[in-house]
Amino acid sequence: MTGTVAARLSAQPFFAALTDSQREALAADGTTVTFAAGERLFDEGGVADMFWLIEQGGTALDMRVPGRGDQIVETLGPGTVLGWSWLHPPYRWQFGAVARLATTAIAFDAASVRRRCDADPAFGYAMLRAFTPVITERLQATRLRLLDLYAAPSQLSRAGTGPVNA
Amino acid sequence: MTGQQTAPPALTGPAEETAAVPRFYRVASRREDTADTVTLELTGPAHPVEPVPAFAPGQFAMLTAFGVGEVPISVSGLGDSDGGRARRLEHTLRAVGAVTRALHAAPPGSLIGVRGPFGTGWDVASAAGRDIVIVAGGIGLAPLRPVVLSALADRSRYGRIVLLAGARTPGDLLYGDELERWRRDGVEVAVTVDRAGRGWRGQVGLVTALIEPAGLAPGNSVAFVCGPDIMMRFTADALAARGIPTSRIRVSLERNMRCGVGWCGHCQLGPLLVCRDGPVVSYDRAAALMRVREL
Repeated sequence: MTGTVAARLSAQPFFAALTDSQREALAADGTTVTFAAGERLFDEGGVADMFWLIEQGGTALDMRVPGRGDQIVETLGPGTVLGWSWLHPPYRWQFGAVARLATTAIAFDAASVRRRCDADPAFGYAMLRAFTPVITERLQATRLRLLDLYAAPSQLSRAGTGPVNA
Repeated sequence: MTGQQTAPPALTGPAEETAAVPRFYRVASRREDTADTVTLELTGPAHPVEPVPAFAPGQFAMLTAFGVGEVPISVSGLGDSDGGRARRLEHTLRAVGAVTRALHAAPPGSLIGVRGPFGTGWDVASAAGRDIVIVAGGIGLAPLRPVVLSALADRSRYGRIVLLAGARTPGDLLYGDELERWRRDGVEVAVTVDRAGRGWRGQVGLVTALIEPAGLAPGNSVAFVCGPDIMMRFTADALAARGIPTSRIRVSLERNMRCGVGWCGHCQLGPLLVCRDGPVVSYDRAAALMRVREL
C-alpha cells in the first residue's frame, strides 16, 4: 500500500466518524503490516494488544473446538477492522485469527490508542462511534445465523409453503 | 355476505384454459444439486394439447405430484418458450414436505402436472442501462437463476452483474459449476456460508456482509433479492441503507399459494394476493407488510 497511514485512514469509511486531527492522532499508532496466507495473527486467550484495519486480502476468526479442530466463525475482508477485545478488560482475545490470503493491514498499538482515548474523551468517543456500528452489525449477523434461516423445515419443524422452491 | 352467487373474477394470469387444470409434463432430466435439492427439466405436452403459456423469470408454477398434492415452485431456468408456450421448463426444488419429496423423487420419464404461469416476474428488462445486484439466500438462488441467465443472454443491455449468495454450508450451495461459469462470463460472484466445513476456502458469515465489499453504485443499481423473509428484510434494508431506492429493490414473497390466480385468498398478505400481485414485489410496497406479525 502507498500513502501515509493518515491518508489511507481517511479513505476508509470505518473511520469516517473521526475528524482529520483525530485520524492523524490514530495514524501515529498505526504501522503497515503484511501476513502470508496461513499466518496466524493471534490465538484465543492471548493478550489483545493490537487491532488491524484490513486493506487487502482477508482473515478468518476461528476457535479451536475439541475433536473438530479450528472452526471458522467469520471471515473479514478489506475495509473491515479485526479485533475489539483490546477495548475492554481483560484485554484477551476471545477468538483466534488467521490470514486466509496474503493480507496487508494497518496494525494499531492498542495500549497507545487506549491511552489516547483516556486522555482525550472526544477522541475516545469518536473511536467508540466508529466501533459500535460494527459491533452491532456483527451481533445482528450472528443472531440471524443463530436462527439458521436456510435450514430445511424438517430440521426446524416449520412449514415451507411458498414459491421459493422449498 | 349477501348470499348472492358471484362469478369468479376475470383471470389475470395464465389463459383460462390452464388456470385450474394442470397440463401433463414429462420429466426429461433430473439433476441432483445438493443432498435434498434437485433441478427437474420438464417437457411439455405435444400436439394436439398445447403446453402452458411461457413463463417470465420470477413467475411460478403449481406443480402436481399426482396422488400426493400440489405446490408452488418458481421457474429456475429460461426454458424453451417457442411460440409463447412453455415447451420446456426448469424447476429447482427442495424435498421438505410430502409433495416436494414426491417431486424430488420423480424419475426421468415420469409425468407431473403443471399449472401456470402465475404471479409477477422480476422484470429484468427494467434494469436496462443499470447494474444488476442479485442477493440470494439458500434455495432463494433458484428463482434468481433466470435473472442471471436472461441478463447474460442480453449482456450489452446491463452494467455490472453482481451476484451475492449465502448458503447454510458449502454442501448446500446451489449451482456450483454454474457459479464458476458465470464468473468466467463476467458476473461478479461472491459466496458466503453460515457454517464452514473443513476445506472451505471461501467466506463465512451472513450474506449482508458481502454487500459493502461489492462496491455497489446505488444510484444506478436494481436489486433482486430472494431467500427467507428475514434474510430478505435485512438484505433489503442493508441495500437501502447504502442508497438503493426501495422502489428498485425487488423481493420474492413466500406465502401459501393455492389457486394461483387470486380466487381463494390463501396467500393474502395485507392488500396483496401474493399469487397474483406477487411473488415479486418492490420493497417500497413489501417492507411494511413483511414486518406485520399477523400477516
